[in-house]
Amino acid sequence: MMMLSVSGLSVAYGAIQAIHDVSFHVEKGEIVTLIGANGAGKSTILKTVSGLLRPKAGTIQFEDKQVHSLDPHRIVRMGLAQVPEGRRIFQRMTVLENLEMGAFARGGRADLSSGYESVFHSFPRLKERRGQLAGTLSGGEQQMLAMGRALMGRPRLLMLDEPSMGLSPILVEEIFRIIRQMNADGITILLVEQNAQMALSVADRAYVLETGRVVKEGGAASFMGDEAVRKAYLGL
Amino acid sequence: MNTLLTQIINGLHVGSVYALIALGYTMVYGIVKLINFAHGDVIMVGAYAALTLLTSAALPFWAAALLAILFCAALGVTVERVAYKPLRSAPRISSLITTIGVSFFLQNSVQMLFSPTPRPFPIRINVPTLVVGNLKVSGLTFVTILVAVALMAALEMFVRRARMGKAMRAVSEDLQAAQLMGVNINTTISMTFAIGAALAAVGAILYSTAYPSVSPTMGAMPGLKAFIAAVLGGIGIMPGAMLGGFIMGVAESLTKGYISTQLSDAVVFGILIVVLLVKPSGILGRHVSEKV
Repeated sequence: MMMLSVSGLSVAYGAIQAIHDVSFHVEKGEIVTLIGANGAGKSTILKTVSGLLRPKAGTIQFEDKQVHSLDPHRIVRMGLAQVPEGRRIFQRMTVLENLEMGAFARGGRADLSSGYESVFHSFPRLKERRGQLAGTLSGGEQQMLAMGRALMGRPRLLMLDEPSMGLSPILVEEIFRIIRQMNADGITILLVEQNAQMALSVADRAYVLETGRVVKEGGAASFMGDEAVRKAYLGL
Repeated sequence: MNTLLTQIINGLHVGSVYALIALGYTMVYGIVKLINFAHGDVIMVGAYAALTLLTSAALPFWAAALLAILFCAALGVTVERVAYKPLRSAPRISSLITTIGVSFFLQNSVQMLFSPTPRPFPIRINVPTLVVGNLKVSGLTFVTILVAVALMAALEMFVRRARMGKAMRAVSEDLQAAQLMGVNINTTISMTFAIGAALAAVGAILYSTAYPSVSPTMGAMPGLKAFIAAVLGGIGIMPGAMLGGFIMGVAESLTKGYISTQLSDAVVFGILIVVLLVKPSGILGRHVSEKV
């Protein structure tokens, strides 16, 4: 079943067009990754899917609904969440308050305690720090909080923007282990990464972006085996 | 000693009014990074609304006050929707100029409706004077401080604990991230303007009972001072607005009592200059590093 389908997407910042006629899709249960260098337009695509940017042309369909003209809060409430680049946690709120904000999309009657429990199960460190201001957490903990916060909304599709950025190799391993776990728990994942090798190791399929265009797509495994791709995009 | 205490209490009286008004500036700034220069005129509209309801409609004081507060809240929301929302992604200077335009619009509309002549505000609260030892505190002062402090405490509770309060904090910290949580920023911004304007209306009624002359430009001075109180405490920080308001009021009252009435405004603005020189982000202000 199709979870997300983007077709013919073009996005511009004023006069500068950042995304040119991009099409891709994500099937239910998949991990799909968009890889490419800095400035290829990966984050712009995620922002547009989340409704933070309006596309100039093209359509975005989530499950069976067109979402490209909806406001961001309505898109989140449909079950399409994003962990933005740079984590963007609420630094002046506590860990628990951040998690509570994550459940905001589910409305005022949402049962928070079971959400906290499952987040703390995945990220035990957050439980220890639940009363602390989020701004005092380390980078890795902040990334975990950002992911936990998104999980509080019980999304069916989760988009992650550069979750490994600025983290130590051990933490990167940990984050990717959790991404796999989330997927095993039934959440479809759209992953944007500069760390292409890591992204390809967890993904089912991949799209390679270059200056706002999709230049290559296919199964993740085939990318790893493709000498030309390895040279051009993975720096191997 | 007694005079000093009396002056301080008088200062807290006017200061609590400044604090209430300052909260509107600081909350709006915190959410949309806009200095709403029309906020002072909401005080004036609130005073005229209360005056009309008290005299022409002959309502009891509490009913007139409540309706005036609701009217101002609606006005705040409407002004934001009509005048500021279309400019949300425009350069900040455009919105800033718009707030000044709205300020003139409100002043001139009231001038047209009620004439520019000042009117007396009929005081309808009769509170007995409090006597503690040989210190007399006017009942009005007592009620004003009490109402202001209670409202500020309630607001602080709302922002700390309530779901919408937390959403407001989230929006003020990171608008986009809050949207990604499913927060409807239009609702949040409207609510902020409504609360700010409602507090200004309360301030207007309390102010008018102390200075019972209502005129179309009456909002300018308390508005300006409340704005300064907000900057003094640290714009965007709610406890800062409260603290700033009380400092302004007490400084003003002490200057009036011990130096000269004419100099009181100069002293108050002087304090602002000194604080901005020493700590530009305000007394409770955070160090702000501009995000690239």
